[in-house]
Amino acid sequence: MTLEVAQLQIHHRTDTCESRNGFCPSWIADHFGDYVHPFLQHLVLTVLAVAIGFAISFTLALVAHRRRWLVNPITQVTGILYTIPSVAAFFLLLPITGRGTDTALVALVSYVLLIIFRNVLAGLDNVPEETRDAGRGMGLTDSQLLWRVEIPLAMPEIMAGLRIATTTTVGLATLAFFAGAGGLGEKIFSDIAYKSNVVVAGGLAVLLAAALDGLILLTQRAITPWTRAVAQP
Amino acid sequence: MTTTYAVLGEFGHAIDFIFHSHESQIGGTQVGGLGQIWDLMWPHLKLSGAAMAIACAISVPLGLWLGHVGKGGFLAINVSNVGRAVPSLALIAFFVAYLGVGFLNLMLALVLLAIPPILTNAYTGTRQVDRETVDAARGMGMTGPQIVRRVELPLALPLIFGGIRISAVNVIATATIAPLAGVTTLGDPIINVNTYGDEGRLAAAIVVALLAVVTEVTLGAVQRAVTPRGLKLTSAGRRQHRFPITRRQAIP
Repeated sequence: MTLEVAQLQIHHRTDTCESRNGFCPSWIADHFGDYVHPFLQHLVLTVLAVAIGFAISFTLALVAHRRRWLVNPITQVTGILYTIPSVAAFFLLLPITGRGTDTALVALVSYVLLIIFRNVLAGLDNVPEETRDAGRGMGLTDSQLLWRVEIPLAMPEIMAGLRIATTTTVGLATLAFFAGAGGLGEKIFSDIAYKSNVVVAGGLAVLLAAALDGLILLTQRAITPWTRAVAQP
Repeated sequence: MTTTYAVLGEFGHAIDFIFHSHESQIGGTQVGGLGQIWDLMWPHLKLSGAAMAIACAISVPLGLWLGHVGKGGFLAINVSNVGRAVPSLALIAFFVAYLGVGFLNLMLALVLLAIPPILTNAYTGTRQVDRETVDAARGMGMTGPQIVRRVELPLALPLIFGGIRISAVNVIATATIAPLAGVTTLGDPIINVNTYGDEGRLAAAIVVALLAVVTEVTLGAVQRAVTPRGLKLTSAGRRQHRFPITRRQAIP
């Protein structure tokens, strides 16, 4: 169905640059508006998936941090979810959740889980035992220790996980159109052999990943001022 | 159509599609059955295998060498970050739009997709070999190439295979959208749903998911098998320091 639309678009191209399938700045300027809606769909899908995935896996990591025996089962289950190719996941979910944004969200969230779970846990594990002891010595309860000492110190790893999860999700969301959720992937797919279209839609996806990545990095710098003294080269 | 697994609903039809062929809904051709699944899986494996072989041949020696001389770390590590930001669909679309469709072009796109995790892991694996171990090897009179082959490579192998595992699963997943670039793979029933029907599409999704999980599990076993005994002994104590995934290290 979508393929037929793509063919129609090819026939409608009569302008020289477009009929030669070149890179056409004038065509891009005329049609840039068509990319705004898919771009916003892509942005919303990514932010929602990462936010939901973060909430779930952060909670799981806090639970597993106290109950160590949960680490292996959670890692294995989220590992299998992470391994299932996204295209397959979209169609495996179709009979259960139907076509649309929900299906895409469920699949995208399932990819975020492993990345953030592992990083949060690693961050918490890397807190030196001496620091914990010092906190306990100052009379902190377990939950005060967690929120005031362990989580702030684990912030670099947590944010690193968030960055990896976000860029990965932007990439996977280009396939979300298979689940009927639109996004920039739908534009790429609609005319995959047309250079101008591919460059604009693909370029916007890369820009989105870079922009979100930079935004998280800036947030990290702002909320962990003590790490700046030893900032990366 | 014989519906043996009707109790499973749509999934039952899909499983039935995997094992029995029936006439296509557009008429004329027979679709489904193990024979056809294999006919689609073979090019899928061939494409993924060829791309992985080339990617390994490029990035393992390069990563080992960069790690050995301790240069190019910025490149070796950031290539992963850049690679992750470029969606696989966009990468394939670039190749289709600029180079055209076909097995070779698609394979090149998959090679580009597979290189970053292997390169980063080969570099990180070589770098994190204890400097004292390397000094001891040098003290025993080993030459540079001997140190790479007999000390650094064995100790870096677990991480290298970790990278190969990430890439292999990713390449198999991406080969699913190969029909967009004119190469018939297991993704054909997904892209050309008119020929195969909904049950064919779901069947292909099941087979692709199984293929990815089997690859992951098999390469995981290989990764454990190639881990030197000395590393396994200490791994219990060092495990928690091996897992952290920061921007400086590999993807999970």
